[in-house]
Amino acid sequence: MYSAIVFLPLFGFLIAGGLGRVIGARACEIVTTAFLMLAMVLSWIAFFQVGIAHQGAETVDIAPWFISGGLRVEWALRIDTLTVVMLVVVNTVSALVHLYSIGYMAEDPSRPRFFAYLSLFTFAMLMLVTADNLVQMFFGWEGVGLASYLLIGFWYDRPAANAAAIKAFIVNRIGDFGFALGIFLVFTLFGTVALNDIFARAPEVAKGTFHFLGYDWPAVTLACLLLFMGAMGKSAQFLLHTWLPDAMEGPTPVSALIHAATMVTAGVFMVARLSPLFEQAPFAQTAVLVIGATTAFFAATIGLVQNDIKRVIAYSTCSQLGYMFVGLGAGTYSIGIFHLFTHAFFKALLFLGAGSVITAMHHEQDMRKMGGLWKSIPFTGAMMVIGTLALTGFPFTAGFYSKDAIIEAAYASDRAGHVFAFLCTAFAALLTAFYSWRLVFMTFAGTPHWAEAEAHAGTAVAPASAEEEHHGHGPVEPHESPLVMLVPLALLAVGALAAGLLFKGVFFGGAAESFWNGGLVFEEALVKKVEDVPFLVEHAALIMMVIGSALAYWFYVVNPSLPARLAAANPILYRFLLNKWYFDEIYDFLIVRPTLALARFFWKEGDGRLIDGFGPDGVSARVIDVARGAVRLQSGYLYHYAFAMLIGVAGFITYFIIMGAP
Amino acid sequence: MPGVLSGLLILPLIGSALILFVRGEDEAALSNIRYIALLTTLVTFLLSLVAWWQFDPANSAFQLVEQASWVSSSITFKLGVDGYSLPFVLLTTFLMPFCILASWSPIQRRVREYMIAFLILETLMIGVFVSLDLVLFYLFFEGGLIPMFLIIGVWGGERRIYASFKFFLYTLLGSVLLLIAVMAMWKTAGTTDIASLLTYRFAPAMQKWLWLAFFASFAVKMPMWPVHTWLPDAHVEAPTAGSVILAGILLKMGGYGFIRFSLPMFPDASHDFAPLIYALSVIAIIYTSLVALAQEDMKKLIAYSSVAHMGLVTMGLFSMTAQGIEGAMFQMVSHGLVSGALFLCVGVVYDRTHTRQIAAYGGLVHRMPLYAAAFMVFTLANIGLPGTTGFIGEFLSLVGTFRVNSWVAFFGTFGVILSAAYALWLYRKIIFGKLVKPELMNMLDLTPREMCVMAPLVALVIFYGVRPGVILDAFSAPTEALLKSTGLALGAVEAATLVVP
Repeated sequence: MYSAIVFLPLFGFLIAGGLGRVIGARACEIVTTAFLMLAMVLSWIAFFQVGIAHQGAETVDIAPWFISGGLRVEWALRIDTLTVVMLVVVNTVSALVHLYSIGYMAEDPSRPRFFAYLSLFTFAMLMLVTADNLVQMFFGWEGVGLASYLLIGFWYDRPAANAAAIKAFIVNRIGDFGFALGIFLVFTLFGTVALNDIFARAPEVAKGTFHFLGYDWPAVTLACLLLFMGAMGKSAQFLLHTWLPDAMEGPTPVSALIHAATMVTAGVFMVARLSPLFEQAPFAQTAVLVIGATTAFFAATIGLVQNDIKRVIAYSTCSQLGYMFVGLGAGTYSIGIFHLFTHAFFKALLFLGAGSVITAMHHEQDMRKMGGLWKSIPFTGAMMVIGTLALTGFPFTAGFYSKDAIIEAAYASDRAGHVFAFLCTAFAALLTAFYSWRLVFMTFAGTPHWAEAEAHAGTAVAPASAEEEHHGHGPVEPHESPLVMLVPLALLAVGALAAGLLFKGVFFGGAAESFWNGGLVFEEALVKKVEDVPFLVEHAALIMMVIGSALAYWFYVVNPSLPARLAAANPILYRFLLNKWYFDEIYDFLIVRPTLALARFFWKEGDGRLIDGFGPDGVSARVIDVARGAVRLQSGYLYHYAFAMLIGVAGFITYFIIMGAP
Repeated sequence: MPGVLSGLLILPLIGSALILFVRGEDEAALSNIRYIALLTTLVTFLLSLVAWWQFDPANSAFQLVEQASWVSSSITFKLGVDGYSLPFVLLTTFLMPFCILASWSPIQRRVREYMIAFLILETLMIGVFVSLDLVLFYLFFEGGLIPMFLIIGVWGGERRIYASFKFFLYTLLGSVLLLIAVMAMWKTAGTTDIASLLTYRFAPAMQKWLWLAFFASFAVKMPMWPVHTWLPDAHVEAPTAGSVILAGILLKMGGYGFIRFSLPMFPDASHDFAPLIYALSVIAIIYTSLVALAQEDMKKLIAYSSVAHMGLVTMGLFSMTAQGIEGAMFQMVSHGLVSGALFLCVGVVYDRTHTRQIAAYGGLVHRMPLYAAAFMVFTLANIGLPGTTGFIGEFLSLVGTFRVNSWVAFFGTFGVILSAAYALWLYRKIIFGKLVKPELMNMLDLTPREMCVMAPLVALVIFYGVRPGVILDAFSAPTEALLKSTGLALGAVEAATLVVP
């Protein structure tokens, strides 16, 4: 059964990718979606068997991958509670996104390719979450990176999409640079890359040090920090986050599946998976905590002022991933994973809802040109409100249980830096509520701006959006999406509303110990401590949420001219936020340009002038010089040669006279 | 079946003799010549499969040995293969039919001479990998220079004279020193039999000089920084098939030389000079990857990427760990397939447009979806994506190096980022984007002949990425023997760098 869960999407990919042109687009949609639906059902069965019925963890061996000296790498599926949680998340969202895409992509001519990529992504993601060793995890890791690259650049005619795709891949590779070094180090320390063997020896190895780049590091801490660098890239954490907003160039279902619910959570999954290792590295845990908290705050500030509907949600994702890392870094891995679980539902819901809005607006993504959509697309509007409620942590929705638990965990934790994390996450909760409701109000409430946008259609500059090529320019008249897109929304909304209430108990409530069953490190005492925080802390998230929501209501419904005035009053802050803290510009100046300049310098000066100049070209030039000299001697005049002979003979005679005859 | 290896050497010669007997220069004759060449290479490939079938990968000794008297009692005509050389013999015979196919229509001038040059080149290349006598090896090693020189100089591009002269000048420098070293070894050890030399211990001081002489020759062939500048020019000017052979096989002779001679015969010197190799490798990886970023010519970009990948190979070899050596060897086989395939990809569009300028392309996916898919697979293999052959070699050689020297592995891993940058940039510029250039509007997708070339390569690149054991296991027996015999087996090295209580 487990093999079926993992390999069904691969078959879907092979069928849609290999035979797409033969069987036609409709068949590709049906085959891939049906396979994913089947995988989804099987995943839920696995979830109940392993998680709820405690069937026990197991490993499904498939085949050896490569063996070299003492290094053995196997293809195998590791099935434990953490895996089945991820299986459920990945396959559920993926199946619903497949279904949704049938409607969303209906007019795109390259549908077989699209569905093939989606299935390829799902397969890679499943290989990642079922990995039994670090190298297979890296396989899935790079595989999802590839699928992400292909899907961001799906509309390959658009330069912005191509640039975003390459940026995503390369920034991820910078993270993978750390991940790869981490694997090398783990192998050097442990002599194996198999997870069980690593965990077994972690406490013993943690006592040692490793000499790396001139310093003696605590061995396991260094390994964890390097591995976490990979997680930072994949999960778009502070410093390596720049690719995620640009990734919104991809089709919206892709954003929902890859850049919200699944792939970007791979970093979170990785840290949770390696929790026995991170437990041995307190400093690495602090790093996870601080980076996560910084991201949660920083991304939320940027989300406040963005005008592209997808970018707001993208920064929200970035911020929520920060929350998850705070949960992990605080030592409460189960809470971090719980937030991953609930976030998948409501964030996928928000993205797919945004996709529905974008479809309704004929591929307009700028929220300033929306407004008043409530009357035209009430169902989508209701879905977006549910998603927003869950994201902001409205009581009894999914986010209420998971996000609040993280803020409390940050407070209750004993890890260094937890106060900073608590302050960041609590304040970010306010920001979250503000930007989420701002999105809803700007889109659905107020007066419609799309009518006037239409009037100015000739002059308005289209944002980076627009799949216009695939559509005619009809009159803008918002319309509700087809049923095939609304059904997935409804299902995700159920998850967004109920997932918290239903699963809180098993993830970190009373049943948690037996639920996780060794799938990750579960510290009962720490989780208990989270329950016993002071009243004000316990309700901090709720208070912040109320304030943030009220502010948003004040700014965008009661007094809509206020934001513009506020922006005008604080131009520097506004531009700082609008330009995303100027990260792209700084990186461009500090890294991209110097690299390209160095590249040209090495090529023209290094290879051209230095090596060739002194090497082959230089040598041949000298040879030619010498030859020219020799040519001059060969004049053809007899008396020249006779003269040379005379000199020579005279020289010999002189020599013999002085030195004596032999 | 005795005589398989000599059969491999003789078959291409028979083929070229047959080509000589084809009369006339008309279209029918040219077609016959092409078919004879193709058939010869295919039969050679089949024969090499026989050799593979008879080979026992668990045995580290030389197998399928043949010996005949030759120059003197100490210099004989001796052939044989072990786990290191057989994969390269197979790689050579496997790539040759593709080279012939890739030259089918592009080469219209002096077809007879071209095919003969290629077949003789095949003999010489196989000879390098199967000879078990130092003098014999030297003859094959340097002999390969001549047909390659002609292929570039006669059938090359506009600046072919400059390129072939540069190629010749560099390699000649190395070969002179190699010859002197061979003579010195013969004088000291009294034999040129490789199997005997492997057990002979040269004095450490002499090892140093011999190592340097061999290094001079192999470093140029690899090519290592800073003697790499012949490669981009040679690639750019060579015809497609020439580039394939150059990148696929000729570059591997340097690495093969290191593993066959330098490491086992001069272990002390190898150990002492390892820092030099590390430094040059790291420079090669970072420097040439950066240079690749700045290229405007497709073939030059791939050529520079080859130099960077070869940096990984030298790094892995001299790490003297099982992973490093096996990874480096695998990397060479993988690179042979992948870079060969990439040059074939360039050839496909060059044949249609006759330009290699990256800027002249864009949006090809609209007209050539199959080509785009194949090119994507090879690009991914080139950047070492897990699941392709490129990953296994890169990963293992870096793991092996990391165990010995984390600084070197740290800088070497930068190649992971840079290779993604230049390879994806190249792909984007050529394949993606809008199709606007009028001269590209009528491009046709892969012809059946081109598909015959691409399909097996795509299949192998993925298959060996998922199941590399077939090749990788061949390296394990000789690597074990090598590490044991050099006395530099892991334990000693590892204990020095790793502090675990």
